[in-house]
Amino acid sequence: MNREKLLCLDEAAAKIRCLAMEAVYNAESGHPGGSLSIAEIIAYLYFEKMNIDPNDPCKPDRDRLVLSKGHTCPALYSALALKGFFPVEEIKTFRHLGSRLQGHPDMNKLPGIDMTTGSLGQGISAACGMAIKAKRCGDKYKVFAIIGDGESQEGQVWEAAMFAGHYKLNNLIAFLDFNHLQIDGDVREVMNPTPLDKKFEAFGWYVQVIDGHNFEEIENAVNNAYASDKPNVIICNTIKGKGVSFMENNAEWHGKAPKKEQYELAMAELEAAYERAKENRKNG
Amino acid sequence: MVKIIYDKNAKTVATRVAYGNALADLGDKYNFFVLDADLSGSTQTAIFGKKFPDRFINCGIAESNMISVAAGIAASGVPAFASSFAMFACGRAYEQIRNSVAYPELNVKICASHAGVTVGEDGATHQFNEDIAIMRSMPQMTVVNPADATEAYAAVEAILNHYGPVYMRLGRFAVPVVFEKESYKFELGKGVVLADGSDVVIFATGIMNAAALDAREMLKAEGIDAAVVNIHTIKPIDKEIIIKYAEKTRRIVTAEEHSVIGGLGSAVADVTSEYCPTRMARVGIEDVFGTSGKAAELLDYYNLNAKGIVNKVKSLF
Repeated sequence: MNREKLLCLDEAAAKIRCLAMEAVYNAESGHPGGSLSIAEIIAYLYFEKMNIDPNDPCKPDRDRLVLSKGHTCPALYSALALKGFFPVEEIKTFRHLGSRLQGHPDMNKLPGIDMTTGSLGQGISAACGMAIKAKRCGDKYKVFAIIGDGESQEGQVWEAAMFAGHYKLNNLIAFLDFNHLQIDGDVREVMNPTPLDKKFEAFGWYVQVIDGHNFEEIENAVNNAYASDKPNVIICNTIKGKGVSFMENNAEWHGKAPKKEQYELAMAELEAAYERAKENRKNG
Repeated sequence: MVKIIYDKNAKTVATRVAYGNALADLGDKYNFFVLDADLSGSTQTAIFGKKFPDRFINCGIAESNMISVAAGIAASGVPAFASSFAMFACGRAYEQIRNSVAYPELNVKICASHAGVTVGEDGATHQFNEDIAIMRSMPQMTVVNPADATEAYAAVEAILNHYGPVYMRLGRFAVPVVFEKESYKFELGKGVVLADGSDVVIFATGIMNAAALDAREMLKAEGIDAAVVNIHTIKPIDKEIIIKYAEKTRRIVTAEEHSVIGGLGSAVADVTSEYCPTRMARVGIEDVFGTSGKAAELLDYYNLNAKGIVNKVKSLF
């Protein structure tokens, strides 16, 4: 990945984190931890890889993203706003009565949302549906999905894994946000879903394990996935709450909003990171 | 007026067979996918699968995944039919239907066979008598329960031409053909008057229509003039026809191969209690689970027959 591209993506991810935090704070509820852990994945997809058009959000040949871990939509909404699918100011309405930015993504309310999600395990199956439709109809689009490590405790994830392996859905690329934490604590203590790589491999998937905060690793993995003849899972080692020191690796921040002082502290860190990223990009 | 060909010698065909044939026939004219969960021989989707293998997807015994896959196909612009036994298509995958299909209002048709007690020998674990109750309480869901093979065949094209989520209930058991195929037109959301009458109205759904026609004859011999109205679309329900016949006859009996809780009886009571309170009695499964036995035996065992309807009618006089 060339340096210019890398710096642009750094800036996008930093801005996504700022907006996601703003969304959760204004909603007085939501899921900051997992939104922060997927910022690079989302930034890469929306600012680099996906064939999408904010002026034609439903164009038939677009690439799709199904955010199977739908509760982390603040990151997705932020990327969509920055791409111009809707005004950035609308981020402040997240979870408010009458807002298009529902607590979990609603494909009929907000442009750019490819699938309504929120109930864990269902999004990955819907992504399989989009992928098999494309294969059977000769469509060229790719289907991306983001699933959680906690989500992988849902049996439906493995029904979908079996399905995708059986039908060799190599146009499906799932990112598994392996941030190690769910509401009740460490995923391995609550209900151990590991080894995730071996499980997906056993179902016939092409498995890659990367640092989910590293754009070069994300890009290499996606390029490898484009050349694979199997469904793809990219297991992304991530840090829950990434970018806010007191939220990092802390399950407490799975699903609650910061209070005013906490928000100010969080934003100071996130905005400083954004300013640095912006400066870096300007300086090349 | 619809032409009824039902009599004692009527040939019997299961509604699931009509469904399978309709899919296979419509596959030439329309683009849609058909999904099944390892029961394609029973649900009859295999006929379509053989004719259009590129648009048929066997999901294996994984109904939850099947429903969400169907949602993903529909979200990509092509309607999808998803079939299994009612117990699993609707019971097992309830939450997938709610959150992946109904809430996003996707064009998925859940066509569930082997509904009710006429599954027969398989017994209670496979006899789903609560599906109408569950599906009709779901926003944005249309619920259809055909009376016979003619109606089931026609309903498939009708629900395909209606955009949005639909639950259609089908049966395993071969039941009498009531309607003439050539002349039958299916109108979603419209009750069908099978016989006029002035003393009582029998609102029947699904396979209970034939029994209702038999009951009408038995009542005639006792001097009771019964109307019979087929309610094939339980949701949205035909309020007008319910109110019209409630006001005309002042007595209602509902008949369904389903629990008396939440099904046609409740749907009719929803309308009458609000618009025209009317005395009524319900024929259905009396809040119990099913049991093994032959389908025909079970219909008698649960009083889901003409005699059962006649007794309920008399209770209103």
